[in-house]
Amino acid sequence: MLPLRLSAITATSAMGVGLVATRQALQARAGGLTRCDLPGMPEGIWIGRVRDAEAIEPPAPLAAFACRNTRLAELALRQDGFDAAVADAAARHGADRIAVVLGTSTSGIEETEQAWSRRGADGALPPYDFARTHDLHALPRYVRARLGLKGPCVSISTACTSGARAFLDAAMLIAAGLADAAVVGGADTLCRLTLHGFGSLELLAKGPTRPCAEDRDGISIGEAAAFALLERAGPGDQGALGLLGAGASSDGHHMSSPHPEGHGAVAAMRAALDSAGIGPEAIDYVNMHGTGTRTNDAMEDRAIARIFGDAVPCSSTKGWTGHTLGASGALEAAIAAICVEDGLVPGCLGIAAPDPAFTARIAVDNAVAPVARVLSNSFGFGGSNCALVIGRLA
Amino acid sequence: MTLAVGIAGIGLLGPGLMGWAPSAAVLAGAVPYEPAPLTPPAPTLLPATERRRTGPSVRLALAVATEAVQDSGLPPEELDTVFASSNGEGHVITSILEALHTPDGAISPTQFHNSVHNAAAGYWGIAVGSARPSVSLGGHDGVLGTGLLHAAAQAVVARRPVLFVAHDVPLPAPLDALRPTAASFALALVLVPEGGTHGRITLAQEDSAAEASDLPDGLAALHDANPVARALPLLAVLAGGRGGTVRLPMLEDTRLAVAVAA
Repeated sequence: MLPLRLSAITATSAMGVGLVATRQALQARAGGLTRCDLPGMPEGIWIGRVRDAEAIEPPAPLAAFACRNTRLAELALRQDGFDAAVADAAARHGADRIAVVLGTSTSGIEETEQAWSRRGADGALPPYDFARTHDLHALPRYVRARLGLKGPCVSISTACTSGARAFLDAAMLIAAGLADAAVVGGADTLCRLTLHGFGSLELLAKGPTRPCAEDRDGISIGEAAAFALLERAGPGDQGALGLLGAGASSDGHHMSSPHPEGHGAVAAMRAALDSAGIGPEAIDYVNMHGTGTRTNDAMEDRAIARIFGDAVPCSSTKGWTGHTLGASGALEAAIAAICVEDGLVPGCLGIAAPDPAFTARIAVDNAVAPVARVLSNSFGFGGSNCALVIGRLA
Repeated sequence: MTLAVGIAGIGLLGPGLMGWAPSAAVLAGAVPYEPAPLTPPAPTLLPATERRRTGPSVRLALAVATEAVQDSGLPPEELDTVFASSNGEGHVITSILEALHTPDGAISPTQFHNSVHNAAAGYWGIAVGSARPSVSLGGHDGVLGTGLLHAAAQAVVARRPVLFVAHDVPLPAPLDALRPTAASFALALVLVPEGGTHGRITLAQEDSAAEASDLPDGLAALHDANPVARALPLLAVLAGGRGGTVRLPMLEDTRLAVAVAA
């Protein structure tokens, strides 16, 4: 694919509001997971909650969008000069030439969950703006209106690859000539559907999630919003941060279990490398999907080892943030950008040594190293796989 | 900025519209439209255990996808796919919401993995054994136009055929009061960068709301009853065989112009 410049990035999760806090937490190995204190959730679990978002309100003309997901998206949009960077891009390209392509798995369904408990005797829901909260399109519609953009507006919902797919699909729209730039990313928020859903699958960890640990016991769910501004790279952008490649595949195997040998994961990683026009040796760090479940981490280890052997350090950063589902691909693209800028390989949090059965090179301590390119993995229900290559533009 | 793609296969299901070939004369206005109840067929492509787990939204999607791909003559496992739905797996989500509000709050693990918006895409991949990339989009009332433009762009950029599947079924109570959808409707198109046995279409996004289209009696009501049925003006032009331009809704300020070559 044509390389794209990451002109602006912002990320908000339990590990930090904005990139400065996110970077500090990564460097200091200070995770953001806490014991779950939200009502009506499974017992004894830990979550990645963004408390700062809960008091945020959208600007008055967009008040109808108010819900947990919009509040989190709005908090993220206010960080890192992101809205100003988009305004600059709109002045350069025209607001109608900037697409908004955002991923989410559950959008503002938490608003419906609240309304459900206030149903009348006849079962009817109290009135609220379903289209601007619960509906999947609420997220890109809000961000597009909030940023004053007029280009294509796309909501992507491919479960836990949604945020990564947004980068791939926006790159496709730019390549097609439908836009010159795109606001991409994702937002997903804590809700009863996902917490109880993963609980029903017996996949929730008892403490903070510990991806790649021998005794790992599951996922901690988190919430996050992360956005990036993608623009066509020009001759003056050498050395700047960019999206260098993106690839996707389907398992065609099972709705919730990955193919045990990770065929789909391998195909997505290879497609991303091919799309960047590079081989595995050009990758300096692999940010794993690494949710902390027994089978998924083991599958991903095998898939990574098939391409990289034990030559490239790999880790999951979900020990800091929890699994932020449809936002995770976007959040981890932002983390990948920090790793490139800082020359940082973050080791998995909360584990002393990787599962001895693993054959890829799992990092468990932070290391300082030149990081020119990061491969970032996302995998999801429905057999959806997506990998991104984030790095310095050639 | 315009994009041109060919249509190599069509699949269609709606009340009284049981497949593309039997419906073309109705859509062209040559035969009166007669609504009839629609029950999405069980997907025979899936193994029995998986088949039992599929709900109406997935079944509708798989039925039109199968018809369009057979019509195209292309191998299903080699097609990239773009799925689009506004209500998605609303039946599954509603039963999870019901279960969450019962005293024990227990929900079914199968229902949970079936609640994802890409459930139809996942079952399609299992049914045809495809490892090709797939994306699933929302889009509220603009889902058809947004998805069609996305799929066409992908066919043009990747220079390979794309299976586009748009499907929506009504939400159950109590969500139906907040998001009324009065009928089930699904459309699948196999879009190809070159050629196209059903003709070629040229797409352009425009800064304006979509306008009302002329449709035969009964079809106008169906058009308004389901966001995917906003495709009816396009299907009427395709069935008529004389070419023309239709405008499909995307957002309050945006529409998709679709020109069908004569």
